[in-house]
Amino acid sequence: MGAYVVRRLLWIPVTVILVSMVVFLLVRFIPGNVVDLIIAEIQPSAGTAVIDRAAIEHELGLDVPVYVQYGRWVRDIVTKGSLGYSLNGHRDIASEIGHRLPVTLELGVMGLIIGIIISIPVGVYAAIRQDTIPDYILRSLAILLISVPAFWIGTMIMIYPSIWWGWSPPMELIQFGKDPLGNIGMFLLPAIVLGTGLTGTSMRMTRAMMLETLRQDYTRTAWAKGLSERVIVIRHAMKNALIPVVTIIGMQLPMIIGGSVIIEQIFVLPGIGRLLLEALNQRDYPIVSGINLVFATFVIIVNLLVDLTYGWLDPRIHYQ
Amino acid sequence: MTTYGEAPVVKKRVEKKRRGFFSDLIVRLIKEKPLGTFGLVVVILLLFTGIFAQWLAPYGMNEIHLIDRLHAPSSQYLLGTDQLGRDLLSRLIYGARVSMIIGLCATALSTGISTVLGIISGFAGGKVDLFWQRFVDVWMSMPSFLVLMTVMSIIGNGMFQIIMVIGISGGINSSRVIRSAVIAIKSNMYVQSSEAIGCSPARIMMRHILPNIMAPIIINFTIGIGGAIMQEAGLSFLGLGVPPGVPSWGSMLSNEGRQYMEAKPQLALWPGFCLTLAVYGINMFGDGLRDLLDPRLRGGIGRYSLSEKRLKQLKESVAKKQ
Repeated sequence: MGAYVVRRLLWIPVTVILVSMVVFLLVRFIPGNVVDLIIAEIQPSAGTAVIDRAAIEHELGLDVPVYVQYGRWVRDIVTKGSLGYSLNGHRDIASEIGHRLPVTLELGVMGLIIGIIISIPVGVYAAIRQDTIPDYILRSLAILLISVPAFWIGTMIMIYPSIWWGWSPPMELIQFGKDPLGNIGMFLLPAIVLGTGLTGTSMRMTRAMMLETLRQDYTRTAWAKGLSERVIVIRHAMKNALIPVVTIIGMQLPMIIGGSVIIEQIFVLPGIGRLLLEALNQRDYPIVSGINLVFATFVIIVNLLVDLTYGWLDPRIHYQ
Repeated sequence: MTTYGEAPVVKKRVEKKRRGFFSDLIVRLIKEKPLGTFGLVVVILLLFTGIFAQWLAPYGMNEIHLIDRLHAPSSQYLLGTDQLGRDLLSRLIYGARVSMIIGLCATALSTGISTVLGIISGFAGGKVDLFWQRFVDVWMSMPSFLVLMTVMSIIGNGMFQIIMVIGISGGINSSRVIRSAVIAIKSNMYVQSSEAIGCSPARIMMRHILPNIMAPIIINFTIGIGGAIMQEAGLSFLGLGVPPGVPSWGSMLSNEGRQYMEAKPQLALWPGFCLTLAVYGINMFGDGLRDLLDPRLRGGIGRYSLSEKRLKQLKESVAKKQ
C-alpha cells in the first residue's frame, strides 16, 4: 500500500507538467490575436495617433519566444503561486479564479450529492426487483436521464415556468452569507440539471453491481443463515456493490466540470465556466491556460483519492 | 438436474451457428430485450429520416419565407417557422441527417483509433504500453469538454472538424477499455500456443485477439454514437460546432431557440426533443446489445437471478423429461 501510494504520488508531478505544457501551448493556436483586439478597442480613443504594437506586446510579455513565455509562467506559479495576469484588463487570474470557484464548486458538489442521493437507493431497489415492471421503468428512466441534454432541460426551465406561472430563476447571485436558504434555493435547480447525467450513470452502475453481488456465494450463505432481507441487501450486497460505483462517480467528475460551463451559461451563474467562455472569446490565453490547469490538477488529485478509497472500502484489495 | 438442463442448451447453440453472428444477435435482441428493440426501431427510423431528408421535408433546409417569419404552427408549417421564415419541421428532419452523419462518422473514427491503439498497447506491453497509458492519463485528466471547446475554437467550425475532434478524443479515451480487454485475452493458452508455433505478432493481433474483443468494440461503438451526438449538440449550442446555416439540433436550440424563447418556445422545445429521442433510442439499443454480448451480465445462479417465469419453465422441462 505504502509503495503504491508513493509511486502514484511520483506520477502526479509528471502528469501535471505534461498537462501544463499542453494547456499552455494549445490556446496559443487559437486564431485571432489578443493584441489586435486590444488595438481595435483603443484605436477610436487614440484618434489618428499610431499605436505602438511592439510596446503592447512587450508589456504583455508576448514579444519573447513561446518556450520563454512558458518558462516565465511556470516560474511564477512555482515561486509566487501566481497564474499571471489577464491580457485584457490586467486582472490577477489566481484571485479571479478564487472569486468564482465557490460558485462552480457549490454547483458541482450539490449536483454530485443530489445524484448520489437519488441514484443509489433507486439502483438498489431496481436490482432486488430485477425484471419486474418497476425495474423496467426505473431502467428506462436511468437511460432517459443520461440521454437528456442538460442544456435543453435548462432552457426549458427558463422558458416554460415563466410562461405558465410567470416564475423565472433569479438572475442575480444570492450570497450565501446574506441569505443561506435563498442561495441554496437558487443553486438547487441548476444542480439537479447538472446531476441528471450522473444520476442515470450511477443508477445503472449500482443496479449492475448489486445484481452481481446478490448472486455471490456469501449472499446465498446469508440467506441460508436466515438473515432478514434488509440486512442481506444492505450489509452483504450493497457494501460490496458500491466500490465500482465510487469509481464511476470519480470518473464523472470531468463531465461535471464540463457540464458546469453550459449550466452556468444558461442560469447566468458567475462561475469559472463563464470565465472560461469569456476568455476564449477574447483570446485571453493566460486565463484559459490557468483554468484548464486548475481543473486538470483537481481531477488528477480526485482520481488518486478515488483509487485509494478502494483499499479502504474493500479490505481484499491490496496495492503493490 | 445438470444432465437434463444441458440438452436444450446444446441444441440452441447449433441453431445459432446456422444463423450467423449478427442476425442471431438481432433475433435474440427482439426476443429477449423489448426495450432494446424499441431503441433499434428508433435508430432505424432516424437513419431513414436522415437518408431520405430531401423527400420527407416539406421545404428546403434553408428555404427562407420572409413574409412568414416566426409563424405559429399551422397546416402550412406544421411546427411553425423561425426568425427567417424557415420551416422548423424541415430543419428538424435535415437535423437528423447532420446528427447521424456526425454521430456515425465520429464514432467510427473513434472506434478505429481505440481498437488499433488499444490492441497495440495491450499486446505489446512494456515501454510502449507505459508511454501510451501515461499519455492517456494526461488526456483523461483534462476535462474533455474544455479541451474540445479550445480545439474547436482553434480549428474553426465545420462538420469535418467536429467529426475529427470528437472522434480522436473519444478514441483516446476508450482505447483504455480495449486495452484491458486485450490484456485479459492475452493470457489465454491459445495466444501463447500461436506464439509458440511462430505466428507473427500482426497475425496474433488480427486472427486471435481482434475476434475475441468484438463484444467491447461493438458496445463501445453503439454507446459512442449517442455520446458523439450529444457532444456535437453541446458544442453547437455554445457556437463552437457546425457552421451557421447547417441545421444541427444543438445550434437550432441555441440560435433560434434561445433568442426567441419567450415569443416562440416551440423553437427550443422541438430540437431538444429530437435530440433526446435520438440519444435515448441509441442508448436503449446499446444497453440491450450490451446485455446480450457481455458474459458478465448473463444470468447466473442465486435467488435474484431467475425470474419466476424462467424458474417455472425449467421445472416444467425437468418434469417433462422425467
